[in-house]
Amino acid sequence: MLTEISQIFPAQDNILGWILQIVWILFIVVFMFYGQRIQMWLMLKEVEGSLLRLRFMRDEGRKAAISVIKELGKPEQDPTARVDQFLDYVTLLPQDMDPSGIVWKLEHLLDVQDVRFKHEVKIMAPQADETQMNNLENTLEAALSLNIIYKVMRHFYLLGKKTWSFYIVMQLQMVLPLVMREAEAFASALRAFTFGQPIGDGAGALVAAKLMYGHEKRKMPKDMVMAKVPIEGRTAYVLKAEGPGGNVGKPGEAIKQIIEENGGKISTIIAIDAAQKLEGEKPGEVAEGVGVAIGGPGVEQFKVEETVLKYKIPVNAVIIKEDIGDAVSPMRKEIFDAMDAVIERIKRLILERTKEGDFVIIAGIGNTIGIGQ
Amino acid sequence: MSETAPPVRKISSLFLAVILVTLVLSIFALYQAIETYRNYQDFNEGVLNFMMMGVFGLALSTYMLFQTRRRMLKLTVEIQRIATTILCQKCGFKTIRDFQRGDYIFKEAEACPKCNEKMLIASIYREVKEKEKTKEERLS
Repeated sequence: MLTEISQIFPAQDNILGWILQIVWILFIVVFMFYGQRIQMWLMLKEVEGSLLRLRFMRDEGRKAAISVIKELGKPEQDPTARVDQFLDYVTLLPQDMDPSGIVWKLEHLLDVQDVRFKHEVKIMAPQADETQMNNLENTLEAALSLNIIYKVMRHFYLLGKKTWSFYIVMQLQMVLPLVMREAEAFASALRAFTFGQPIGDGAGALVAAKLMYGHEKRKMPKDMVMAKVPIEGRTAYVLKAEGPGGNVGKPGEAIKQIIEENGGKISTIIAIDAAQKLEGEKPGEVAEGVGVAIGGPGVEQFKVEETVLKYKIPVNAVIIKEDIGDAVSPMRKEIFDAMDAVIERIKRLILERTKEGDFVIIAGIGNTIGIGQ
Repeated sequence: MSETAPPVRKISSLFLAVILVTLVLSIFALYQAIETYRNYQDFNEGVLNFMMMGVFGLALSTYMLFQTRRRMLKLTVEIQRIATTILCQKCGFKTIRDFQRGDYIFKEAEACPKCNEKMLIASIYREVKEKEKTKEERLS
């Protein structure tokens, strides 16, 4: 055997040649028996690097939340402990073994969560005004998301390391780029929320704000505003969440109320919302369709669908495309520039789908942070 | 969030030693390849084996070195520039400045320097760097 191996290499009269040959053979043997372990070690190292970045983002988020609470809320006590407690907040979704009525159960839970969050923020930042309170709530929610992402990733990393399970680590490594993208988006959102900057998700709200600017507004349930705007000889009920604080409101509830108030005599509903773009599509691209364009947990979309079904009202959607990062980051110029194109589409839709004197609803969906009306 | 942060983790000295040893051994392997070629004046199996060892070792150590550097560089959060556009509804005078806390779209701003009418915050947006944009647009 040794003679055969030695024949691979020419005879060397120096010791270095032999060392190199031994290293080479050892290398082959080690890879033969421990190849998968080495591969796993490399994967764990890659995950570890991302985990460090996630921890960095989580810590920065926590620091940002604490500092902005101190700055705006001027609390008498240090809010650090309360923020740390908030970052571990959990919401248990309703049981779905019998799905009938689950929407209302979910809505109730979301309402309870909203009240609880607002109460927590009020305790942490007693001097903050309503707009600042909404922004602080959004900041804390972004910090909470970063904390959850970090903890879940750390859980699977440690589990993989503990069990030396190749498949746990491999799944973790495979999903890592998508998770990191989401985490980067939340890290970017934190800055927007702390400063009250408009975010990409607010594209729909911005369109509504542009349409209703200069017209008399009326408050609607819950945290929504509505203005009656004459457009192309029709009367449009334009609505959005009340800004400029970070708020999505309850557009489903508001649309339902307008329909009921008009006895169902609404010719069409146009919902404008930001939607996830596919890779390769340009941010700010506008697309049209049918359906209720209301994102989120689905409760508001369900409410509108129920009401339009009762009165047989056609629903149209105008969507502004953007990726997850753009949706929660400060609004990109391309998205802002798409607003005029969206308004043109709305006008064209109204002209084509309704008659003069008709009533229409235009709902700008999304977080209205940094957008007044 | 802070613009930059110190790396939260130092690269272990053992890891650096492994990289260094691999690098030195690869250079020696390449040297051996040349020496063997000189002695035999032929590209025999020995020359090829030493060359393979050298190139492989060099590639491995350089890769490991770049990986450690990348890990250290990535622990920063980039600050994006946000612009606020203030527009006079009457005469169309427009100014663009950096975003300030408290700005929001449709907020009344200072008086117009041309016609003294109250100006309005017309837009708040972030401009994506050209480099990132071209990368995105190449396939769109």
